[in-house]
Amino acid sequence: MISFFRRLGQTGLSILEVFGRSGLILVQSLIVWPSIRGGVPLLIQQLYSIGVLSLVIVVVSGLFIGMVLGLQGYTILVAYGSESAIGQMVALTLVRELGPVVTGLLFAGRAGSALAAEIGLMKATEQLSGMEMIGVDPLHRIVAPRLLAGFISLPLLAMIFSAVGVWGGYLVGVDWLGVYEGSYWGNMQDAVSFSDDVVNGIIKSVVFGFVVSWIAVFQGYDCMPTSEGIGQATTKTVVYSSLAVLGVDFILTAVMFGSF
Amino acid sequence: MNLAASDNYIEIRNLRFSRGDRVIYDDINLDIPRGKVTAIMGPSGTGKTTLLKLIGGQLCPDRGAIIVDGENIPELSRSELFNARSKMGMLFQSGALFTDLTVFDNVAFPLRVHTKLSEVMIRDLVLMKLHAVGLRGARGLMPNELSGGMARRVALARAIALDPKIVMYDEPFTGQDPIAMGVLVQLIRLINDALGLTSIVVSHDVQEAASIADYIYIVANARVIGQGAPQELMRSQSPMVQQFMQGMPDGPVPFHFPVQNYQDDLLGDLS
Repeated sequence: MISFFRRLGQTGLSILEVFGRSGLILVQSLIVWPSIRGGVPLLIQQLYSIGVLSLVIVVVSGLFIGMVLGLQGYTILVAYGSESAIGQMVALTLVRELGPVVTGLLFAGRAGSALAAEIGLMKATEQLSGMEMIGVDPLHRIVAPRLLAGFISLPLLAMIFSAVGVWGGYLVGVDWLGVYEGSYWGNMQDAVSFSDDVVNGIIKSVVFGFVVSWIAVFQGYDCMPTSEGIGQATTKTVVYSSLAVLGVDFILTAVMFGSF
Repeated sequence: MNLAASDNYIEIRNLRFSRGDRVIYDDINLDIPRGKVTAIMGPSGTGKTTLLKLIGGQLCPDRGAIIVDGENIPELSRSELFNARSKMGMLFQSGALFTDLTVFDNVAFPLRVHTKLSEVMIRDLVLMKLHAVGLRGARGLMPNELSGGMARRVALARAIALDPKIVMYDEPFTGQDPIAMGVLVQLIRLINDALGLTSIVVSHDVQEAASIADYIYIVANARVIGQGAPQELMRSQSPMVQQFMQGMPDGPVPFHFPVQNYQDDLLGDLS
């Protein structure tokens, strides 16, 4: 019995320690943003490799998810003769939920794992130590641009995802299944409120961007500098950030849309 | 006492460092004389690299002082530490070159972050450093296109880019062919004398280290077991020093990793 409590305490302490370390990394890397001259090119480079290179997977997934939504929505709504509401259904689902969440999950798999592996390999090959010995803080030079690039890219990617998804729904609903084009767009405009739906969706994606990039850089920076450690770091990044995205999404949804 | 005027560039006093339950250093004292090449030798796994990381402030000792040019490293703040490090050059065992930058940009990296020199000036300095290690022609290559010996020479050029006061070499000879090894041995000596540096070479290659070092420390079992000029150590009466210098497989430095009694281990209760 005592050993059970001891194990419980040890686990609790080690979890707290992980949170403490990750918090320190976050604060130390963001507290001093290096000069414009040095910082901006690094940020742009990361925006490219994290954001622009994730564009293909986000656009393709967005298109297909929008098309599936259109198809499923039509088969359900047509039974009630209200297939003209398909526009608002597709748009609300994407803007409120699927846009931020699916983009967050895709981002964790595409960019988060790459970030963790890259930083972990830099650690394993002593590049981070080497940088420290040159007198450059790797938290500023390596971690900070990647964190910021993650914060910035994910909301933009989520918006692109939703826009492409709406277009996918239009292709299936209007072009294929013959819903009247005016009611597709008109119902959408009536039902989707900018301040409630779109802004809340953007807030969600900002939070997901923060969570996923934080988990990724922490796992990379904190990993064991071995090949096994890097493998674990990438796996943990994808698992933890996917779970975090889904869990945080529930909390945010409850706060944003839960007041009936 | 005026530490800055002392003959020793680094003075380590009563240093104790442990990892978990394992004591790596137990109250050791070390002096690194200014302007000389000092070798730190010892069996693998005795924490020689750890010592360099302690000097560079990447690890914090349990207690004791590490005084580098008058500054006690463990007591420095983060920014003072980064400032102190810009006076140190370190050559990592793997080279630790930044794999996303070319050879030229690797050597230029410390100059670009620590100085406000123009690109023209940086180019001249980088080419001078690369020329010193014989790799001016390799400036456009990426680190993965270099052989192990070349990567270490590039890392050496990068380590001396800011004209540091001290260069620390972590196992510079490991895994090098005889020619590359000869080149490195010569370079370490030459650069030390030409630039008026202080050098620390961590190694377990007795012949190479003895051929360039002015002074040698032998570290084993968490202590300094022998020190002196290479010739003195070769003639040393201490059985531990003799075992290491002659490369004998067993002796006072044990062959076995610390372990319980063999008989108990084999016949003991598995539970």
